[in-house]
Amino acid sequence: MTLLKVENLSVDFPTPDGLVSAVHETSFEISAGETLAIVGESGSGKTVTNLALMGLIPPRTANVSGSAMFESHDGPIDLISMERNELRKYRGRDIAMIFQDPMSSLHPFYTIGDQIIEAHQIHNKVDLKVSKARAIELLELVGIQGADTRMKAFPHQFSGGMRQRVMIAMALVNNPLLLIADEPTTALDVTVQAQIIKLLADLQQEFKMAMILITHDMGVVAGAADRVNVMYAGRIVESANVRDLYANPLMPYTQGLLASVPRMDRPHKNRLSAIPGQPPSMIALPTGCSFNPRCTRKSEVDGSKCETQMPDLTSRGNGHLSRCFIGEGA
Amino acid sequence: MLAYISRRLAVSLLILLTVSFAVYVIFAFLPFDPAALTCGKNCNDPGIIEANRRRLGYDLPFFTQYFIFLKGLFFGRSFGEGAALINCPAPSLGYSFQQHACVTSLIGEALPVTFSLAIGAIFMWLALGIGLGILAARFRGRIVDRLSTVFVLIGTSLPTFLTGLLLLVFVVIRWKLIPFPSGNYTPFLENPFEWGQILFLPWLTLAFAYAALYTRFVRSSVIDTSNEDYIRTARAKGLSEGVILGKHTLRAALAPIATMAGLDFAGLLGGAILTESVFNLPGLGRLAISAVVKYDLPIIVATTLLAAFIVVIMNLIVDILYAYIDPRVRVA
Repeated sequence: MTLLKVENLSVDFPTPDGLVSAVHETSFEISAGETLAIVGESGSGKTVTNLALMGLIPPRTANVSGSAMFESHDGPIDLISMERNELRKYRGRDIAMIFQDPMSSLHPFYTIGDQIIEAHQIHNKVDLKVSKARAIELLELVGIQGADTRMKAFPHQFSGGMRQRVMIAMALVNNPLLLIADEPTTALDVTVQAQIIKLLADLQQEFKMAMILITHDMGVVAGAADRVNVMYAGRIVESANVRDLYANPLMPYTQGLLASVPRMDRPHKNRLSAIPGQPPSMIALPTGCSFNPRCTRKSEVDGSKCETQMPDLTSRGNGHLSRCFIGEGA
Repeated sequence: MLAYISRRLAVSLLILLTVSFAVYVIFAFLPFDPAALTCGKNCNDPGIIEANRRRLGYDLPFFTQYFIFLKGLFFGRSFGEGAALINCPAPSLGYSFQQHACVTSLIGEALPVTFSLAIGAIFMWLALGIGLGILAARFRGRIVDRLSTVFVLIGTSLPTFLTGLLLLVFVVIRWKLIPFPSGNYTPFLENPFEWGQILFLPWLTLAFAYAALYTRFVRSSVIDTSNEDYIRTARAKGLSEGVILGKHTLRAALAPIATMAGLDFAGLLGGAILTESVFNLPGLGRLAISAVVKYDLPIIVATTLLAAFIVVIMNLIVDILYAYIDPRVRVA
């Protein structure tokens, strides 16, 4: 069953230097219980896509267009066109989000218990005791020892990994259908990263929820995702299920990303490979394919097509989509 | 927490002792003869001067004088003997020969006036400054925000003596909105209505300047806090904008205001010299300024010490209060 169907989502920020098209006509789907990873460099539009879905882009700062049909508990709703105040009912209940930096994402002045209870109370007309019990239950579930007493602790009394667990507990307190995790491990120690990813995967099974995992860590993607969208300069450039993507990356950018992952199973006398150049300025995107100035395989395409024409995102069979002239129509 | 408070108290006492010594040193080495000053302008009789010198203890060595001064703070002090015996009970801050009164009782009369002035003003400026600051932050870039900028500009650039005079001229004399203040301060317990009526314009004058500063501060503090990650978290939970502002943003944004307000209040209690002068209020500021003009050394020493005392105490209160507001500074 399709849980979320995003069609032609665009987010444009008017700036003094011109219109910044942070997300450009993006379409994708996610089924119930599925994990979709969105990968790409900083500024590729991963976070903005999801802030748009949550209705968290500050009003009047951006033009958001397109649609995002979501199967909520109350039936289908369009997350994009819905009135902000209306959308609030679903935020934190049907769709929850956890953020990159757990150090700053919790309010420093309130106990974690208060903050989790608040998240439960806003969407459930129940006694405070019920919410409290629910909060303790969730804290235990995310692996916080002595949840009872830790309820009264303040965020600064927790380590980064523990705070992210608290954030996860808070996000899951209302049994969301979809969890958006925006680089949940980026700010954490490497040892803790694996724990958090495993925790998220376990909880996803338990809560039977879908997850959008935003990351630029290809290792995390391989371990946790069902499907992967690769974004570059505001557009999806490749989309495939995770096995296909790793076995057969089609777009040169994805190939570059995968090649830049350090591997234990290869001889490491060579230097790590990197994609040459830098992500383009979002104000002055290159004409043609946004990736063309950095692409090492341009010569395989006839003439100067890459520099003049934006390739479409086309199917390469088996649900594998690629935005590249190479292999198109083959 | 208790250990923290007692440690802070001990440090505060040490600071006060240092301040009192410093003040005493400064005034002891001023090129004035305090004994000569006691007998008026045209007094050249060395006999009277020397008698006064003995009576007030100015003939003793410096350190002895300082210790007698400190002792007087705790046990009271008497000057002279026999029929001319003057007794200033503890806490004695000395005797003003020019006003023929114990300094402590002079301060006792002036302090309630200054306190009344400060307390009313702080309520006004907090209400105005915080309210306007929040509005300006909430409607950033819109008309309310623009108007608040104008207010901030005027408030911070107009000196209080000018604001006070303008208020007097327009509100009282031109528009006759309130009757002319009689000039006689009425204690609150005697007649609260008259108390308020006399103090209203002074409050407004002081509040005007401070409210402008607070508006600017609150505006930027609220805007900064709104951009915090935890406010985004609150929004992601599905909280309404009202709850986000009232519970999440303001709690964090207004915490520094407690510190600011405490110290500004302490500063005012030391004497609002200009405002008291413009409105002819017999407060500490006027007491101090008239003492300075007349070289009334005991009063100058006492008012300086009192101001320092208030600042140190308010600092302590503010720090303890802040620990309650922000759990991160709580000491285990």
